[in-house]
Amino acid sequence: MSLQSARQSSFLARFLADPADPIFRSLAFAAATMLLVTLGGLIIALIIGGWPALSKFGLSFLFTNSWNPVTEVYGAAGPIVGTLITALLSLAIALPIAVCVSVFLTQYCPKVIAQPISTAIELLAGIPSIVYGMWGLFVFAPWFAKTVQLPILTNLDPESFWGKLLSGVPNGANIFTASIVLAIMILPYMAAVFRELFRSIPPHVREAAFGLGCTSFEVVGSVLIPYVKKGMIGVVMLGFGRALGETMAVTFIIGNSHRFPDSLFASGSTLASTIANEFNEAQGLHLASLIGLGLVLFLITFIVLAIARTLLSSQRY
Amino acid sequence: MFKPFAVALGALLLLTACSDKSAEKAGDAPAAGDITGAGSTFFAPLGAKWAETYKGETGVRLNYQSIGSGGGVRQIKVKTVDFGATDKPVKPEDLAESDLLQFPVVMGGIVPIVNLPDVKSGQMNLTGPLIADIYMGKIKRWDDPAIVALNPGLKLPHLPITVVHRADGSGTTFLFSNYLAKVSPTWKKEVGASDALEWPVGLGGKGNEGVSAFVKQTIGAIGYVEYAVAVRTGTAVTNMTNHDGQMIAPSIEAFAAAAAGADWANAPGNQLLLLDQPGAKAWPMTATVFVVMHKTQDKPAAARAALTFFDWAYTKGDTLAIEMHYVPLPDNVKAMMRAQWSQIVAADGKPVYTPAAAPAQN
Repeated sequence: MSLQSARQSSFLARFLADPADPIFRSLAFAAATMLLVTLGGLIIALIIGGWPALSKFGLSFLFTNSWNPVTEVYGAAGPIVGTLITALLSLAIALPIAVCVSVFLTQYCPKVIAQPISTAIELLAGIPSIVYGMWGLFVFAPWFAKTVQLPILTNLDPESFWGKLLSGVPNGANIFTASIVLAIMILPYMAAVFRELFRSIPPHVREAAFGLGCTSFEVVGSVLIPYVKKGMIGVVMLGFGRALGETMAVTFIIGNSHRFPDSLFASGSTLASTIANEFNEAQGLHLASLIGLGLVLFLITFIVLAIARTLLSSQRY
Repeated sequence: MFKPFAVALGALLLLTACSDKSAEKAGDAPAAGDITGAGSTFFAPLGAKWAETYKGETGVRLNYQSIGSGGGVRQIKVKTVDFGATDKPVKPEDLAESDLLQFPVVMGGIVPIVNLPDVKSGQMNLTGPLIADIYMGKIKRWDDPAIVALNPGLKLPHLPITVVHRADGSGTTFLFSNYLAKVSPTWKKEVGASDALEWPVGLGGKGNEGVSAFVKQTIGAIGYVEYAVAVRTGTAVTNMTNHDGQMIAPSIEAFAAAAAGADWANAPGNQLLLLDQPGAKAWPMTATVFVVMHKTQDKPAAARAALTFFDWAYTKGDTLAIEMHYVPLPDNVKAMMRAQWSQIVAADGKPVYTPAAAPAQN
């Protein structure tokens, strides 16, 4: 008791002498620890919530593909594969475009149109994902079915490699269209940060390269991009992370089937879309399995970030 | 050393205090006299319409959260709402365990929808076992002999059948799969019945709207939705054979006929699925919205307000329900349910609400 009061009094003395500093310190410390506590709490909650499923199915939860609420057998392989494929595919589509947009904006673009394009990018980034989902389902998917899938179905031999790769119900709800919608969603963010990265390059680097007689393409490809490579990897990983966890837009357009996708135009599901679809009505083991999916998504995102960190720290200038 | 821990502890306390507060808020502490409910998305449009009219007449507001049937039952169990609404009746043993009473308030129909060139609404004939075979992927094309035999007048194309089902767990899927399990032993054995399934074939749309969008966009697609949604989106509905072997078209009268033949008096806990009901004009798949409430009430005033609302809905809500393509309950069922409300009591054991217009006490 006396010890505590002594501590209190010293705290009080310091507090009275300079009230702002300790308050600010405590606030800053609380903010920082709160983050850690939240993260830890989240992991613990996911593990506890998902435990009935994880303990029952063990590793087969990750590697089997049955998702059957009737017989209560759950395996997450389908959604895991769907998540990784859509995220990678969307990244493959968005990355080159984002690089081109940002290079154009910072290197070639006249000031007059740079501003409208930048604003458009920022606006795209601000559109809620449900809007993309609606647009994907009601506008993009029917268009895609009519102008891309139908001609392919009628003209390609279904037994050939391409025929198999591009087979599927012609209604536009598949992994490929989901990836395109995802790409549109992560593109503005990536383009905006790339633009800032290119802007941060000191002008003399660029001028020196031109001074050596480099063409514009060589300046961008051999000097500017390597200069900001580190930052770019970080951005790519963040974009990937967003594509992994995106829920509403994908749920609308991916077709929501738990099977392994057997072609690019087959419907599939992702971890996030499965959780969003089934969480409301799930009970018991079903609910635990959905929380298990959440844990898997968490781990995948964590691994992606860890890889990004390793890549970044292995880079030396 | 001590200080950081103290601060961390303080932060934690603050955090829990905050979360307590927000939990209270999530329960939506309403203005006094408001009725709170949660659950079935199927009930939501009608609930909103009823609430609007009821508020105009009495000034009492209904705060209904359309979170899904399972969510509604969970919420009433933890008492964050005055009533839960579900399309999937709670089992009698669950009712007993949580001291709950459930009663039906309104019904609707579940109908198959198709998208085929040259096939208009009400032209195609299907049977339950046939739909089961289609949904199991055993019948793959529209010109399959089994379909042609039922539809001699129709020109059926050699198109693959695209099966569309609900992607989200739903009461509609629960009823649809229960019906298929009832009429097809293979379906019962291979697929089963629940609010979400491992579908043998097909793709999933989110919600009734998602299913009808996919069906509308895909030539050769078949799906199942609530009747109100099929009417609203203008998709082609099919006829079906019923329990008595009659081929009938979906209509409010056909759904009502299914309800008329139902044996509510002998359904323990009112757990009754109106599937494959007898009756020459009865539609085989109907959905019932059940309201779930606690039998012993800590807040008798809130329960009284809720029951007053449902009494009003029984008495005056039928016209609105029919306008929105729902099906009102038959009068004898309403009387039976009004009588059962006396089981909802306050702590002192007295019923919280006695319907003024209760025609018969049994």
